Amino acid sequence: MHIVVCTKQTPDSEAKMSVDEAGNVSWGESPLIINPWDEYAVEEALLLRDKHGGAVTVISMGPEEALEALKHAVAMGCDEAICIWDDACADSDTLATSYVLAKTIEKLGDVDLLLFGKSAIDAETWQTGSAVAHRLGVPSLMYVIKIAELDPDGKTITVERLLEEGRQVVSASLPAVVGTTKGINEPRYTSFMGIRKAARMEYPLWTLADVGAEADKVGAAGSGVRWPQVFAPPVREGEAEIIEAETVEEAASVLVEKLLAEKVI
Amino acid sequence: MSNDIFVWVEQFKGQPAAASWEAVGTARHLADTMGGHVTACVFGGQGVEALAQEAISYGADAVLLAEDATLADFRVEPQVALLAKAVREAGPTAVLIGATFRGRELGPALAVELDTGCIADCTALEFEDGQLVATRPIYAGKLLSKCTIPERRPRIFTTRVRAFPKPEPDSARSGEVVRVEPVLAEGDILSQVAGFQETEGGVSLADASIIVSGGRGVGGPEGFEPVRELAKTLGGALGASRAAVDAGWIPYEHQVGQTGKTVSPDLYVAAGISGAIQHQAGMRTSKVIVAINKDPEAPIFKLAHYGIVGDLFKVVPALTAALKEKLG
Repeated sequence: MHIVVCTKQTPDSEAKMSVDEAGNVSWGESPLIINPWDEYAVEEALLLRDKHGGAVTVISMGPEEALEALKHAVAMGCDEAICIWDDACADSDTLATSYVLAKTIEKLGDVDLLLFGKSAIDAETWQTGSAVAHRLGVPSLMYVIKIAELDPDGKTITVERLLEEGRQVVSASLPAVVGTTKGINEPRYTSFMGIRKAARMEYPLWTLADVGAEADKVGAAGSGVRWPQVFAPPVREGEAEIIEAETVEEAASVLVEKLLAEKVI
Repeated sequence: MSNDIFVWVEQFKGQPAAASWEAVGTARHLADTMGGHVTACVFGGQGVEALAQEAISYGADAVLLAEDATLADFRVEPQVALLAKAVREAGPTAVLIGATFRGRELGPALAVELDTGCIADCTALEFEDGQLVATRPIYAGKLLSKCTIPERRPRIFTTRVRAFPKPEPDSARSGEVVRVEPVLAEGDILSQVAGFQETEGGVSLADASIIVSGGRGVGGPEGFEPVRELAKTLGGALGASRAAVDAGWIPYEHQVGQTGKTVSPDLYVAAGISGAIQHQAGMRTSKVIVAINKDPEAPIFKLAHYGIVGDLFKVVPALTAALKEKLG
């Protein structure tokens, strides 16, 4: 079984984000990490590989110096890693990014299962997995909290996916795209051996030409969305009105009056 | 190119998603500004016809209605195929979709199908200088981004749940309902829905107008009882912090925060939640926030509008009792 995991490098979730007058976003001294949601996808890929055999390839579209996501995935246990980049890829939205990733998957050829995290914590578009599935014409299974059954020989998969009202149980043919969510597993920590392996590993850089992608379908030219302005949200002024009273009952009663006055209950 | 707007209407077993009516209301407002019509797309199983009139009452001028077994349970492929066909025929300038689980999957697939852009999870949408300008949070709401789709059409937007007001329905409104047929036959669809397990408790976190959440302070699974009781009394949904979920006290479906759900209720009650930045990212846009915590220094008090410093096991039951008394 060949499983491919798509990952992205993002600023740490603890990072203090800021933006200057020119609209340049900064995450200060915070490290760049693998998108935390992608760790669930990597973990699930490793569990499935260990159960069914085969190999896990992790891929990421990003500049050559941005290898943290790939290194982390290799340190967790992925077998191969590929970075895809070309200067023309800058300013790609999900339309363009999904094109590059789909081209890469087609180049790899023998992919049985494609895993994504549910979204990336930087741009938070929730889009790339579904977009790639549609480009490849394979089933799209998003927000999966459990892979109930996987039959590599029969080429079928059954998952439980989250919807607002509960869990939908869906069966699909392979290859398929699965978007994982928290709760599907507990991602492992990287081991010392894993980190050493990741440090020694070669990370091949594939260009647009390598995957057969056309330059006018990537970057701003291949994108639908522009984001001309980034700004910090207004800060809420003031602190909570602390309700103090002789007894808990009294405080509760005062609070209920306040909430009635706010018309929220 | 018209100034018309399409809205995809989501339903589960014939029950509409509030997010869809929020999207219809937003589309109505934009169409009035731009001079266009609003078409609601209701694609479901037998019996969704009732939603057509409802969509019109919320502001649609016309409805495209498909009733077919292939559309009954949500699967992205048959929905995209039909929606894309309808869009190609009518040429609307924009398509609005509620940013639910289903909508977040549908939007990007539709964008690929139509080779256009999709702006996800918009919290504001305005018509400025001939452009539709969307505002959306990035980096867990630490920053905001203004986005446009300047060249490609249609422009696709998913609207964040509860970020836009749900319009008042007007049953006097009328509009045309046009029946359409699905594009894909069952044999063309690569996935099959085998079952559904509904979440206990009924009220979904994402579109709840009241949420009561418990955190580390509840101390264990049984500690959620008073929190659950308060939620029930308020007719609200039950939420939880990451600490409570990671401890295994409550399932992940209840988690609010950066690694859980983003919610925006009218009232958010945080009981025994310190208010880490990641939790705040998921609930900071709530209209009124109440914090109950025994630590007066807890960061949640910086974000909350009202606070009671005290033991949640005393304060929460007292609040439930006071509400029962006031609300009858």
